[in-house]
Amino acid sequence: MGESANPKNVIELDHISKTYGDFVAVHDANFSIATGEFFAMLGPSGCGKTTTLKMIAGFEQPTSGRVMLDGVDVSSVPPYKRNVNTVFQQYALFPHMTVFDNVAFGPRSKKIDEKKIKTSVMEMLEIVRLAEFATRKPTQLSGGQQQRVALARALVNYPSALLLDEPLAALDLKLREAMQIELKRIQREVGISFIFVTHDQGEALTMSDRIAVMSQGHVEQIGTPEEIYRTPSSLFVAGFIGSANLLPGTVESSDGEDVVVKLRVGATVRASAKGAPFSVGDKVSVMLRPERIKPAATVEVQGRGIEGLLTDLVFQGATARLIVRLDDGTEMTCLADSSASMPQIAPGKRIAMTWESDCGYVLAGWPDKAGATTTDIDHIESTL
Amino acid sequence: MTTGGSVSNRIGTNADRVGLGAMLVSALCLVALGAKWVSGAASSVVLLLLLLVLIGVLVLALRGGPEARRLLAPYGLLKPGMLWLALFFLAPVWSLLRISLSTKPSRFSVDYNFTWAFQNYSNAFKDFGTQFQHAFVYAAIATVLTVLIGYPLAYVIAFRGGKYKNILLGMVVIPFFTSYLIRTIAWSTILADRGFVVRAFDKVGLVQALEWMHIMDNGKLLNTPAAVIGGLTYNFLPFMLLPIYVSLEKIDTNLVNAAGDLYSSATRAFRKVVLPLSIPGVFAGTLLTFIPAAGDFVNAQFLGNPNTTMIGNSIQDQFLKQNNYPVASAMSAVLMFSIASLVLIYTKIFGTEDLA
Repeated sequence: MGESANPKNVIELDHISKTYGDFVAVHDANFSIATGEFFAMLGPSGCGKTTTLKMIAGFEQPTSGRVMLDGVDVSSVPPYKRNVNTVFQQYALFPHMTVFDNVAFGPRSKKIDEKKIKTSVMEMLEIVRLAEFATRKPTQLSGGQQQRVALARALVNYPSALLLDEPLAALDLKLREAMQIELKRIQREVGISFIFVTHDQGEALTMSDRIAVMSQGHVEQIGTPEEIYRTPSSLFVAGFIGSANLLPGTVESSDGEDVVVKLRVGATVRASAKGAPFSVGDKVSVMLRPERIKPAATVEVQGRGIEGLLTDLVFQGATARLIVRLDDGTEMTCLADSSASMPQIAPGKRIAMTWESDCGYVLAGWPDKAGATTTDIDHIESTL
Repeated sequence: MTTGGSVSNRIGTNADRVGLGAMLVSALCLVALGAKWVSGAASSVVLLLLLLVLIGVLVLALRGGPEARRLLAPYGLLKPGMLWLALFFLAPVWSLLRISLSTKPSRFSVDYNFTWAFQNYSNAFKDFGTQFQHAFVYAAIATVLTVLIGYPLAYVIAFRGGKYKNILLGMVVIPFFTSYLIRTIAWSTILADRGFVVRAFDKVGLVQALEWMHIMDNGKLLNTPAAVIGGLTYNFLPFMLLPIYVSLEKIDTNLVNAAGDLYSSATRAFRKVVLPLSIPGVFAGTLLTFIPAAGDFVNAQFLGNPNTTMIGNSIQDQFLKQNNYPVASAMSAVLMFSIASLVLIYTKIFGTEDLA
């Protein structure tokens, strides 16, 4: 392999692995990140996303493989000689310095002329809208302001890439949502690649150009938020991104794009396989996103609906959540438009759930627990 | 509402002032008794006043209702410490200052006459200037040495100790389970003229070099200024190490990572981040070392010679051997005030707001 495979890529991870004794933290991560891209590494805690980030930053060395930065192998280069900067999870602002001195720390390390430092630091503080706080100490700032100081401190160095380790985890919900938009704006303004580690799938979907979903040290799937949401590559990705109803069954017949699956509950449904080679008798699961299911009185089109007992109806404002128990006890959820008329729907009644032809999606294997991921507390906890 | 009720109500709402007053009056009573402002029948009256005030506050607390109790509580909690200090610190200091300005009618008299005898102070300076100088110079050198030895040790334990942190700290502290005196006397055995250390230095031919450095004197290691300073350094090392360790331990290692991430070499990261953040520990350590070291007399007695006498030894000598309380008191007062002013100046220059 040449020193640089693609000049547009800021970072290339060339089959990197990291092991601690017997424990494999990252196994064979092999992907690249383009200039100006907002890239998220998403996964539950312990999936290896932070270790991967630390290998890019230089705080950890890969056990095998290479980290390429701007086309140069930096695998054994210490952090202070790499042109990447990190925004730490708890910000790690220097408590004994003012906001200005914090932001000026990097340029001063590089022994840049103090006059130039002053202009570039103030410029960066303008971008993060904190210019008037330059003389304050970090402890005199709110969480969101500290976060932006950390961002300015890293960006003032104009690194090849900015690494963010769960940067919004310490903020409360409202502020987190505002900061997501703010981060995106800042990223567009400076045009630097952001590599963003998070366990929050909503955050990753909102902000990223591309997402790498990781689990137990493996990269499960890399793609745009839409690709990952619509066509997950595994049961894990399907359950981790958004909420899903996963119904186990076996392939009954296959005709090119679509397969017919005989579900364990008894019903037979048609679902898209996106050309994956499933053969008759394979153990598969059909993924149905709750917002694409509609309640109805009966299943009208064969293979695009299933019947069950409505056990709960929760009004949520714009939507209503329906929880339906299928004949074998599997629970499914359905998010319906709360303003649509829902005839004769009341808890305790038998209803049908129907969907469009492109809704069902087939994945290999059976889930640990059939049905809706959102009602399974163990599943939700495992994704935090 | 009855008149009695409104009176007790008024006392109840002013209970904090009552509590403060009671604390001050009872402290004053104890100082008066301890410093012998009163004698004979008058002291019985003061004692009675003290008891009445304490019982009065107790009754107010029991009968005054929850609001009065809430207001009285801080003074109640302060009182044991305040009264203890009044009797065992303020009263003795008062006596000390009074005796330092007194004269003895004759050398063997046990009484003093208070005569505003300021010559006690000039005598203290004139006769014991060298000893004062020894005390401050030795204590200052020992303080610097404890920083130089203690800081790296604390650093390694805090950042590299890992799971051995507590064991390493324990090893620093364990020797101090033995008496201060015994440990100091042990050093006089280690440094003795025919001891193994001197013999080893002799064998490898270090004696010449150490004499040139004024560490050894005339082939001797014991009974030199270096031995006294070494003893002080050894004895006060934990008082330096522990506060530095605590301040280093508190530093988030991500701050060091962040400095590295922002293009700082390990040296610069230490200079700009770790060192400034550990200064409060160094500051506390220097106070905890310098103040007791300046007044120390044990090390100079067992490890020094007549020319290394520190002010502590002289004060002990004047009090216990010469029986010259006025001059001894004047020396103590000078030591106390000079340490206090040195510390104040030091705090003004180096003190941090973190160390309140």
